Amino acid sequence: MSAAAKLPGSLNANRRLDRWLRFNADRTVTVRTGKVEIGQGIVTAMAQIAAEELDVALTRVRMVSGDTALTPDEGHTSGSRSIDEGGSALRYACAEARHLLLQAASQQLDIPADKLVVEDGVISGLDRIRKLSYWELPHAELLNREATAAIKPKPAARHTIVGASAARLDIPDKATGAPRFVQDLELPGMLFGRAVRPPSYDAQLTAFDADAVRKLPGVVAVVRDGNFIGVVAEREEQAVKARQAAQRAAQWKESPLPTDDAGIYDYLTSRQTKDHVIIERTDAAARARAARTLEARYTRPYVAHASIGPSCALARIEGGRIEVWTHSQGVYQLRHDLATVLDLPPENILVHHAEGAGCYGHNGADDAALDAVLLARAVAGRPVQVQWMRDDEFAWEPFGPAMVVKTRAALDAQGNIVDWALDVWSNGHTGRPNTATTTGKVSSLLAAWHLANPVARRPQGDPPMSGGGGMARNSPATYAFPNERVIAHRVEEMPLRVSALRALGATANVFAIESFIDELAAAAGADPVEFRLRHMKDPRARAVIELAAQKAGWRAGAASDGTSGRGIAFAQYKNSYGYLALVIELGLEPDIHVKRAVAAIDVGQAINPDGVVNQTEGGIVQSISWTLKEQVRFDRERVTTRTWEEYPILTFAEAPQVEVHLINRPDEAPLGAGEMAAGPTAAAIANALHHALGVRIRDLPLTRERIAAA
Amino acid sequence: MPEATTLKVNGVRHTVCAEPDTPLLYILRNDLKLKGAKFGCGVGLCGSCMVLIDGHNVMSCDTPLWAAAGKSITTIEGLGSLAAPHALQRAFITEQAAQCGYCLSGVIMSAAALLERNPDPSESDIKQALARNLCRCGTHTRIIKAVQRAAGELRK
Repeated sequence: MSAAAKLPGSLNANRRLDRWLRFNADRTVTVRTGKVEIGQGIVTAMAQIAAEELDVALTRVRMVSGDTALTPDEGHTSGSRSIDEGGSALRYACAEARHLLLQAASQQLDIPADKLVVEDGVISGLDRIRKLSYWELPHAELLNREATAAIKPKPAARHTIVGASAARLDIPDKATGAPRFVQDLELPGMLFGRAVRPPSYDAQLTAFDADAVRKLPGVVAVVRDGNFIGVVAEREEQAVKARQAAQRAAQWKESPLPTDDAGIYDYLTSRQTKDHVIIERTDAAARARAARTLEARYTRPYVAHASIGPSCALARIEGGRIEVWTHSQGVYQLRHDLATVLDLPPENILVHHAEGAGCYGHNGADDAALDAVLLARAVAGRPVQVQWMRDDEFAWEPFGPAMVVKTRAALDAQGNIVDWALDVWSNGHTGRPNTATTTGKVSSLLAAWHLANPVARRPQGDPPMSGGGGMARNSPATYAFPNERVIAHRVEEMPLRVSALRALGATANVFAIESFIDELAAAAGADPVEFRLRHMKDPRARAVIELAAQKAGWRAGAASDGTSGRGIAFAQYKNSYGYLALVIELGLEPDIHVKRAVAAIDVGQAINPDGVVNQTEGGIVQSISWTLKEQVRFDRERVTTRTWEEYPILTFAEAPQVEVHLINRPDEAPLGAGEMAAGPTAAAIANALHHALGVRIRDLPLTRERIAAA
Repeated sequence: MPEATTLKVNGVRHTVCAEPDTPLLYILRNDLKLKGAKFGCGVGLCGSCMVLIDGHNVMSCDTPLWAAAGKSITTIEGLGSLAAPHALQRAFITEQAAQCGYCLSGVIMSAAALLERNPDPSESDIKQALARNLCRCGTHTRIIKAVQRAAGELRK
């Protein structure tokens, strides 16, 4: 027997059709996705895809997402991979379901299947007289089988729901304050828990007066397990007060950190590293034409996810069964890590996704779930809700790693790039829970490392380039350089806890590449737009660069008036996903600010065009915030960033105008779109700053102090 | 010691029993089950918990219960509902002015206070009025458009 054929996307690992959809008695369709809503609108896009292939109205689709009891395991919702993996799976599953239903209807109606039409789930002959709906057919039986992916989904030309801007399913609740977030869930008898974190990563608890906390009003339990402390109370404010009391009642011995925020870049570049050649393309003849060589070093600090809503989870333990509600990006992966820490079979744990605040990658969501379970264990049968306090979120979330990128390039006598090298230093970019087999017990969950019988920290990971790359994501340039050599230097020692932050290494790599392209253009005396196009062969890349320049009113050679500047940058996310070019107009008074951002994007087929534009606008604005303002501070003892005052982000008062122009290509494959703005925005701002003032800042964030020092 | 305190929330009088220094936010969310206002920072720096007290937008996370006693409080739930949304809520849905939406009820309450005192705000007025509300998803431009749309509708 041959191995089962590979099926599209997540269908390959979740092959049963009835895992993906089911028809309900009330003439609706339940569609299940393993991808979860994190504010990116993915659940709406999945509903569009299902409705399109099934030929039912979007309003008939009921979405269920991220649930270990119900939905397929589609891994993490991350990396802009959801449409690629989950969307393609749903497309094929629904196309096959429709086909099976049509075949059955054909027999019952005695009309050949190719003479049947489907309108909102009603199957009829062309005469519209003999009719049968999906719901009148033996749908459960028909879907009780493995998918074959033998039925081709609809061509784009026949799409009416996909490709149209559908209103997001979740926004009405959010605009009216209806309970929808994990923070809003309330179970009967629910208690409130808070973790009491150590003052720094490796601090050891030397003394703790639990009784001083137990006697406080409303306190139901005080848990101490090694270096983990938690409190549970009847009322939320009582839990918060108990946490404060527990902080006073605990004494810790701290250990120093190996460096501080000022020393981090030298630290990273002076470690023993694991080196990977990412790309090496050689053309000796071209290299021999080198007339002039430039070098530069770019840095990005640790950046916080800084969700507006601190991480939260609920847990309830009844009998041997644990139930968890979480805003984790991977419910099956979290379940695996919980099972490891608790020494339970995964089947005893149910994990349900519920929406949280936007996470932009791996924040404290998974950690809060273990906190809730550890505290629920202490209160026999009563559910416990844990929400982190703001300072815990800042101090303990896994940050986007600090990075150093060094570039070197040579121009020939005509000002063309003939040689290009890039070296990047960073920790690995993922510390998420996962189900991959490892030797020995490991966990990604914070509290697991603090228990009296600790579970070892899962070694840091970094996605391979075949999976989009981590630290080396977007380290190869999209430009056609005759010589290109890229090496990733992975640092094993981790001064601060890090994991995936939106765009991973692409932010720093694209910031470096696209800043350096402008430096080379200046050295060559070329206009930045012309210089990019000169080195770019990919027609879709050229199209977004040209469109962004045109929409922004780019004029080659225009000089700055000294109060503003403009810069352009481009990237194709992961070198294989969405294309984005944008022009930033920067103002300098009273402080450096973005006046206007004009972007052009190509994501192939846009499932929900307005959804893509919304994500892109958000990506641009978030990156403006990272670029102008954000840096996690730490000294040789601990993370010192603990409040919004120490970690300011872009405010409404500073909001720029943003325009996003979509080049829709319905006949091309949909390309991941959620993260493509991060790097180009950073570089376009640096380039605009150079245009305005003639200074080149290569260290993020681009602050007034750095400009003054330049 | 817990005390009985009377509040008027969304036009309805409620008596709650809690310590007088309990943050109003927890009273609204846990005692009155009004989950619209959110916990964000607990120290009045992000605006997720914004409500109206006697018409002024106030952070409920650092407003103690005693300070809210006897006052008239409006939460996002009091502004409108899915069945009968306020012009602001309609405008946010029309403009699709949300990504994660966690900051949204706080933002909308600040906007409601603005439109109450200034029915025809400029873009700059809106930006200033929302300056104490943080949005991490970068939905700023859509949110500003939604407030402009609602203002226009309310002036009709």
